[in-house]
Amino acid sequence: MNRVGRLLLGVWSGLAYGLLYAPVVVTVLFSFNAPRGRFNLVWQGFTLENWRHPLRDGALTEAFLTSLALAVASALLAVLLGGLMALALSRARVRGGRWIELLLALPLTNPEIVLATALLTLFVGLDLPRGPLTLLLSHSLFCLSYAALTLKARLAGFDPTLELAAQDLGAPPLAAFRRVTLPLLAPGLLAATLLSFSLSFDDYVVSSFTAGETLTLPLYLAGAFQREISPQIQVLSTLVLLVSALILVLASQPRQRRPG
Amino acid sequence: MWPWLLLTPGLLWLLGLYVLPLLGLVPLSLSEPLSRFGLDTVFRGRVANYTEVLQAYGPILVRSFSFATIATAAGLVLAYPLAFAIRFRGGRWQPLLIGLVVLPSLSSFLVRAIAWTSLLGDNGPVLALVQSLGLTDGLNGLGVLRDGRLLNTPAAVIIGLTNNLLPFLVLPLVVAMQRIDPRLLEAAADLHAGPLRSFARVVWPLSLPGLGAGLLLSLIPAAGDVVNPRFLGGPNDRMIANAIENLLLVQLQAPRAAALTLVLMALITVAVVLQLRGRGLQELPLP
Repeated sequence: MNRVGRLLLGVWSGLAYGLLYAPVVVTVLFSFNAPRGRFNLVWQGFTLENWRHPLRDGALTEAFLTSLALAVASALLAVLLGGLMALALSRARVRGGRWIELLLALPLTNPEIVLATALLTLFVGLDLPRGPLTLLLSHSLFCLSYAALTLKARLAGFDPTLELAAQDLGAPPLAAFRRVTLPLLAPGLLAATLLSFSLSFDDYVVSSFTAGETLTLPLYLAGAFQREISPQIQVLSTLVLLVSALILVLASQPRQRRPG
Repeated sequence: MWPWLLLTPGLLWLLGLYVLPLLGLVPLSLSEPLSRFGLDTVFRGRVANYTEVLQAYGPILVRSFSFATIATAAGLVLAYPLAFAIRFRGGRWQPLLIGLVVLPSLSSFLVRAIAWTSLLGDNGPVLALVQSLGLTDGLNGLGVLRDGRLLNTPAAVIIGLTNNLLPFLVLPLVVAMQRIDPRLLEAAADLHAGPLRSFARVVWPLSLPGLGAGLLLSLIPAAGDVVNPRFLGGPNDRMIANAIENLLLVQLQAPRAAALTLVLMALITVAVVLQLRGRGLQELPLP
């Protein structure tokens, strides 16, 4: 490629990153804004005031903690259920295994609204009051597919003869699993948990149908459009983003050591 | 025996919370509400629900798929060169450049919608730029701006959608391009293919699986999006998921909501089947 081509490609890539980062930059910037009125949407002037007590907005913090707990519980449940499925599908010849994989992949092809409608009508039909339990059921369901397929791909990626070797050396199957499979799978488990966590933490559509009175962070933010967009929202979002970036950096470390 | 022991809990989840309620939408879509004040319904075999929702929401369906298509096309114009640059010019920075594509999608859709409200609002920097460039009248004429405003227009919805779907286009493309053996490009050069020719004959065809996966991963969520039309669009820019939400949660018309949901699902399934013909799901960019 010649120099002009390289320059154009660089500028164009910069534009793409620009579109990706425009809302991120604005969010961070507005956490330092001194707003007039209830909506922190127009730049007025720089202040550090919002950062003095990052969690001073009680209702916002409570919604944040609810989302945190929900995301942890949903991710662990999804990784447990999905991990067991992935193990069975990759280490045993299961009749109809292909159909089960298809069943796992199907929810990924639906827009969230389909799942939301189906789940709400199910809970209404069962007379199950909407709240933390229905949220956990719904979130663990949409995380399950991602967790199971991620882990299955990871399990397919390493050599099953390692487990057989352990068994040949006299290790009982469970010990072979614990000493060989599990350590090899650990990065995959971490990736599946993080992915499930972020899916649950950010979910708005399914939650808005199945939450009842429970307020998760995205539900709180949706309400804020009508009520009040306090700078604490941008402060909290910036904090979440910083932690996400940190986790992303840490989680991508072991991968770089692999060849290729 | 043991595999089924491991599979059963997950399968129960999938059957009870996915298959069963989805199948339940079929009889529900043929029912009638019992009263105007609740979600209870009675089955009547009422096929007219379908014709009625198609009539009432046909235009919104068309709008949803148009917005999603425009946003995906705009995204692709940015994503393909970016993926190419990351793969072939990224060098040892490749993991970082990929991480930078992922990072913004870790901030919530709602937070990003709030930020776009600032950016695209009447006092925002985007309109200021448009005005200083003297483009206001032209963009008004093109229908991008509405009375000199950007917020609460289709353009705002499409900008929001494009931002949301960009990583889902870039990542599968990068994955597909990473599978291209650099020696193929050397071979093409040895055989006197210019850069354009080796792109057209090597890179482009080998990136197509990633392109297909990216299109699916962008079009489906975009067509069913709730957040961008609700918060960045005007009352006439609502999309199909907003209509379903309104039918179910506000009008309490569960049967019609179910019928509309099934119509949306059918349309998307057709698209998925067309795309996946025999290719399977290996191209999904799972971590």
